[in-house]
Amino acid sequence: MWDYTDKVKDYFFNPKNAGVLAEANAIGEVGAIACGDALKLMLSVDPESEIIREAKFQTFGCGSAIASSSALTEIIIGKTLDDALKITNQDIADFLGGLPPEKMHCSVMGYEALQSAVANYRGEVWKDDHEEGELVCKCFGVDAGLIERAIKMNKLTTVEQVTDYTKAGGGCLTCFDKLEEILARTNAELVAEGVLAEHDAYRVGAADPKKIKEKAQAAKERESLTQISPLAPASPLPPLSAGLTNLQKIRLIEETIEELRPYLRKDGGDCELVDVEGSNVLVKLAGACVGCQMSSVTISGIQERLMAKLGFPVRVVPVGRNAH
Amino acid sequence: MKPVYLDNNATTRVDPQVVAAMLPYFTEQFGNPSSIHSFGASVGAAVKTARSRLQALLGAAHDHEIIYTSGGTEADNTAILSALEAMPERNEIVTSKVEHPAVLSLCQHLEKIGRAKAHYIGVDALGRIDIEAYRAALSDKVAVVSLMWANNETGTIFPIEGLADLAKQHGALFHTDAVQAVGKAPISLKDSAIDMLSLSGHKLHAPKGIGALYVKRGARFKPLLRGGHQERGRRAGTENTPGVIGLGKAAELAVAHMAEEQTRVKALRDRLEGGLLQRIPNCFVNGDLNDRLPNTCNIAFEYVEGEGILLHLTRAGIAASSGSACTSGSLEPSHVLRAMNIPFTAAHGSIRFSLSRDNDDEDVDRVLEVMPGILEKLRALSPFWAGDDKSGKEFKPVYA
Ligand SMILES: Cc1ncc(COP(=O)(O)O)c(C=O)c1O
Repeated sequence: MWDYTDKVKDYFFNPKNAGVLAEANAIGEVGAIACGDALKLMLSVDPESEIIREAKFQTFGCGSAIASSSALTEIIIGKTLDDALKITNQDIADFLGGLPPEKMHCSVMGYEALQSAVANYRGEVWKDDHEEGELVCKCFGVDAGLIERAIKMNKLTTVEQVTDYTKAGGGCLTCFDKLEEILARTNAELVAEGVLAEHDAYRVGAADPKKIKEKAQAAKERESLTQISPLAPASPLPPLSAGLTNLQKIRLIEETIEELRPYLRKDGGDCELVDVEGSNVLVKLAGACVGCQMSSVTISGIQERLMAKLGFPVRVVPVGRNAH
Repeated sequence: MKPVYLDNNATTRVDPQVVAAMLPYFTEQFGNPSSIHSFGASVGAAVKTARSRLQALLGAAHDHEIIYTSGGTEADNTAILSALEAMPERNEIVTSKVEHPAVLSLCQHLEKIGRAKAHYIGVDALGRIDIEAYRAALSDKVAVVSLMWANNETGTIFPIEGLADLAKQHGALFHTDAVQAVGKAPISLKDSAIDMLSLSGHKLHAPKGIGALYVKRGARFKPLLRGGHQERGRRAGTENTPGVIGLGKAAELAVAHMAEEQTRVKALRDRLEGGLLQRIPNCFVNGDLNDRLPNTCNIAFEYVEGEGILLHLTRAGIAASSGSACTSGSLEPSHVLRAMNIPFTAAHGSIRFSLSRDNDDEDVDRVLEVMPGILEKLRALSPFWAGDDKSGKEFKPVYA
């Protein structure tokens, strides 16, 4: 697994400030369960001094996400909001003695949650609420604003780094062109500000064109392979219905088995309908079919015939035979 | 405390009897089995005995249908590449979305270089193959069908013999990656329509780096490695004799333990699974409960991320694995879980426990003891956990 520092492990196993803060007057929420990580940051801010008196978190995510969230609360407790806002995601990573590069997005998540909580306290709308930034990476719900901030704060200069820090492009990578464009534009701004050397800045197409093609190709393959956007909510198994009444279904199934019976008998076997549960057709195999190596052939044969007859998928499940 | 190893689908401990059988073949019986002199001849005889043990394990008609390879990956690659070369008039492959990368990556590569067109058949929420889509993909353009016997992540078993029959109707060669099934599920090849089958030693208590490809007598075949005349010219290279001897011994032991896999190991798995479902709310089993390897238990826990569970298990001395994104370095859950479209509330929290005959009741007890606490702890951290207490038995995942 990951090469986490002892401090990351410690903050994962014994997280400080975990849980719900009932008296919170500032709440920041980022991420989503479908994306694999999410953080809810709760602060209790003193209205007079704007000092963060208490901070708690709830995090769904890997070990480093939990550790980063806990570290964030430790860093900001006792700070004024203005001072807290100066914290970067690198400060969170440093506090933990570093994070594996692929896990830097966990520290960015902490940073974003803090920005969001402070905006919430001040009655502002946090920029991240898709106001200014268009959604760039659909797989992980990352918008342009977050990507730009991460690039600027960490002086990122490659697309791979952008993925490590924001997860954008970590899925289907169909947003590659867009990521390149944002990276080049933001790098140019950094150069203009004098914080990035011209020769370090990324230019569109600077990534080896062959590599880009390969990535796009890989993306296409993945697409064809799964044909679902990652973690799209699943569709249910079609129920055993399609317009037929239960009785009609059972009759049809019995008829089909009846048709097959001569063939089964020829091989010294037999099959009997026991029950129908949802899309499962429970049958009892008898004679030579029982425990026979080939019973799965029999079953798939029956299954096929049934599906052809009924016109929708069913599963033939043998019951009451010897486990094998 | 003794460590608890429940990651046997990743690899198994080499059986001490296998090690004992192999040892003489390093320093005493070190001859080259192809040599005529006495050093070689006795090794040659041992290699042949090992082959007949594998023949027995697979229920194959002839011992020379077994070709030794460096493992499951080589066997899978050999089977598919051989079929494409042996059937020059056909250039399509039919496989599934849930295969091991040893098959999937190869198929994707073959597509990329324009060598073949591949059909990736989908599965339903329980990991069962879409038979209709499979039938629709078959045609006389298909050179080879490659479908796994049992899935390494969920243990779900495909109705392989029936699928092979269907492929035969279109004259396609049929290959199955049985790396996870061999030794755990009864297999009998001699009367089947299966042309090729891959197996790997390290999944059945033999060492890593040795495996085999079964090729039915008469099935068209082209070697991957060319050179010497070893394995009747079907796989060149001096045999890994200690490995071969070890694989033979492991096959013999697997035959002897087959009933145990189906009874004792299965009972352990069922107790583990039932215990977890009962003790932990909001979790469910990934895979086909009606047709599954007896040793595999893949459970999805809602509202937690798998890496956290694994870190806690590791600290408790328990080894398992996860289909979650975080542990693999990828950002998305495994391709198998995604193909099954399992509910997104749980896709990130799937843990696989895979047992073997090395496990005992104590191991199961340990997991049952620590898991509820781990889940409680992580769920208390989770912003999505509202504490709705739906016990495993009543709990049905919501396929939104
Ligand atoms: C289903 C399946 N196929 C193939 C392989 C690869 O086998 P090997 O590690 O021997 O190359 C594995 C093991 O990782 C597997 O689980």
